[in-house]
Amino acid sequence: MSTTPLEINTPLDGATTSSRASGNPLSSTQITDYDHRQTVGKITVDNPKMTCRGVNVYYGAKQALKNVSLDIGANEVIAFIGPSGCGKSTFLRCLNRMNDTIPGCRVAGEIRLDQEDIYDRSLDVVQLRARVGMVFQKPNPFPKSIYENVAYGPRIHGMVQNKAELDALVIASLERAGLLKEVEKRLEEPGTGLSGGQQQRLCIARAIAVNPEVILMDEPCSALDPIATAKIEELIDELRENYTIVIVTHSMQQAARVSQRTAYFHLGDLIEIGETDQIFTNPRHKLTEDYITGRFG
Amino acid sequence: MSFYLFLTLLLLSSGCYYLGRRRAFTVAGDHVRNLHSLPSYYGAYTALWCGLPALLVFAAWTALQPSIILELVTNALPPELRTLPPGRLDLVLNDIKNLVNGNIVSSAPDPAILAAADHYRNLQLIGNAALWIAVMSLAIAGAAHAWRAISPKLRARNRVEQVVNLFLVISSTIAIFTTVGIILSVLFESILFFGKVPISDFLLGLQWSPQTALRADQAGSSGAFGAVPLFAGTLLISGIAMLVAVPIGLMSALYLSEYATPKFRATAKPALEVLAGIPTVVYGFFAALTVAPLLRDIGTALGLQVASESALAAGLVMGIMIIPFVSSLSDDVINAVPQSMRDGSYALGATKSETIKRVLLPAALPGIVGSILLAVSRAIGETMIVVMAAGLSANLTANPLQAVTTVTVQIVTLLTGDQEFDSAKTLAAFALGMVLFVVTLILNIIALHVVRKYREQYE
Repeated sequence: MSTTPLEINTPLDGATTSSRASGNPLSSTQITDYDHRQTVGKITVDNPKMTCRGVNVYYGAKQALKNVSLDIGANEVIAFIGPSGCGKSTFLRCLNRMNDTIPGCRVAGEIRLDQEDIYDRSLDVVQLRARVGMVFQKPNPFPKSIYENVAYGPRIHGMVQNKAELDALVIASLERAGLLKEVEKRLEEPGTGLSGGQQQRLCIARAIAVNPEVILMDEPCSALDPIATAKIEELIDELRENYTIVIVTHSMQQAARVSQRTAYFHLGDLIEIGETDQIFTNPRHKLTEDYITGRFG
Repeated sequence: MSFYLFLTLLLLSSGCYYLGRRRAFTVAGDHVRNLHSLPSYYGAYTALWCGLPALLVFAAWTALQPSIILELVTNALPPELRTLPPGRLDLVLNDIKNLVNGNIVSSAPDPAILAAADHYRNLQLIGNAALWIAVMSLAIAGAAHAWRAISPKLRARNRVEQVVNLFLVISSTIAIFTTVGIILSVLFESILFFGKVPISDFLLGLQWSPQTALRADQAGSSGAFGAVPLFAGTLLISGIAMLVAVPIGLMSALYLSEYATPKFRATAKPALEVLAGIPTVVYGFFAALTVAPLLRDIGTALGLQVASESALAAGLVMGIMIIPFVSSLSDDVINAVPQSMRDGSYALGATKSETIKRVLLPAALPGIVGSILLAVSRAIGETMIVVMAAGLSANLTANPLQAVTTVTVQIVTLLTGDQEFDSAKTLAAFALGMVLFVVTLILNIIALHVVRKYREQYE
């Protein structure tokens, strides 16, 4: 991989860019050249949990993601936004190698979790996924009981010695996912019988039961009503204490509410990344501004 | 004769289609949008009015004409022939019919019969001419009626669709009524059988030897109708078949749906399904001529007594035959488990085998059970392989190396060849068929029920 400059503010043929990095949120200068596709903003953080450098993803001959580099800080919530097909979900799925399950998908570049290359041959993808959990767009509880849904992960990873420990872990996970009060009395009922929002929180409980370090959320609220969405957002905020959370969302309000940093993707390029406040109040790339002001997307 | 009438009617009504359609354009003037229905519906409406009533009359006429003519001819016969006993009279009438059709007659015909044949011929000519006239005038009258009825307000589409709807209803009920008819006929014959042989003897008897004596002093005709050996044989062979088919079918389904590359699956699955397309008689001689001798040789080498027609040979080959039932259906239900279930499991760090064992198989289990039950009912009803490979001797044994016989095989042997249809021997076939029917019906109902339950889970 070619070395990617950690901070890209190179002015391109007359395009005005801010002369400093993300230091000046009130900077009025903006990249107005729509063809400028190098990432604007500071991609590094002080205490990175994951570092991604020069990530390219191909579906067969089609390139879905072009040379994306960014850091994901420990215990932060980072939001990926962008119009449909921009590659944000693809990038998310690179982070726990879920793209491996898609035939014809090829990932190039370097992604490190705690300095460890997750695409290294010696790395066991099973262990990676235990450390990097995932919650999907559509709630997908297994057609098993609520209890069995949460117990699934701990069982396959042999995390508990006996039934009592498993019980405790299941209860604790449901509690942390804010679902315990609602399902306490019916742990043996099928998880598919819950409402959409409860199912999604069950999936979050299932993910945190294996005690991951990073949780990836792929539009976790897109199938939910506003009340269920509010509960999940609240939950994300609480989970930040213990986990690093990467969330893909179509809702800019949601990104603004839950995240500390935001990355804007456009047609496979990472266009801009920065503090969420700065992205939404003072975007430094015209594409970002167009998107967050609703001009397209 | 009637074929040409039919053809004419068909041509006429297709002509009416175009006439009706053109008429619709004419009445609509420049504004086809003013028509209630599309012009083609007016065409179909006219064609139906032309063809349908005429066709019904045609069918009824053709069905009734022979018996009416026969009645007339009989009445016109000279008294000495007319008063013959019914059996003889039938022969005479047969002679007349043969004369009319130009067939060979049993003896030199006497003048009265020749005259009757002429009479018959005349009546037939008159009848056919009248049929032509009636059908054609009805067709034209129907077409004219429709022609006059065509106006922009006529709801031609609704009428045509009503007729189509009626056709659909009739078609669907034909299958149902046939099933009901078969069940009833089997049921009544079984009741007759149980009048001769007590039902308890049939269901609980351990001896099957269906030869009944024609004469009292005949030897070797015990006439025992205990069906237990047959059921045991059926169970044994089906059991062996399922032992072969379920593990192989299930594992190949798992491989195809979860491990195989799409390209391999695209070729392997149809290839596997070819197994289901091989005629069972081919499996039968494969079992009888290849597998059974092989098993016997192996058995001899091991010092075992293997019958040349063994349950094992039939069961093994039958198992091979029903592999595609299990594998193809199971593959479908495993594939029907949503990808999101797999993703959910993989995202928790499950391996492929954990995902299969803990998520896919439990989720697909009802569908798999359904496919297995369908395969079982197929195995129970299978005839050709067992006829050829399992033998006819009704042994009550659990030893797969011996010859056994099955319900279906016995039905075949009871009903092939010349049989009297009121003896207990032939009626026994109906009773066996009844039991077989009930068992497969129950299995099918269970399978359908299970499959339906499965369907509810993901929709």
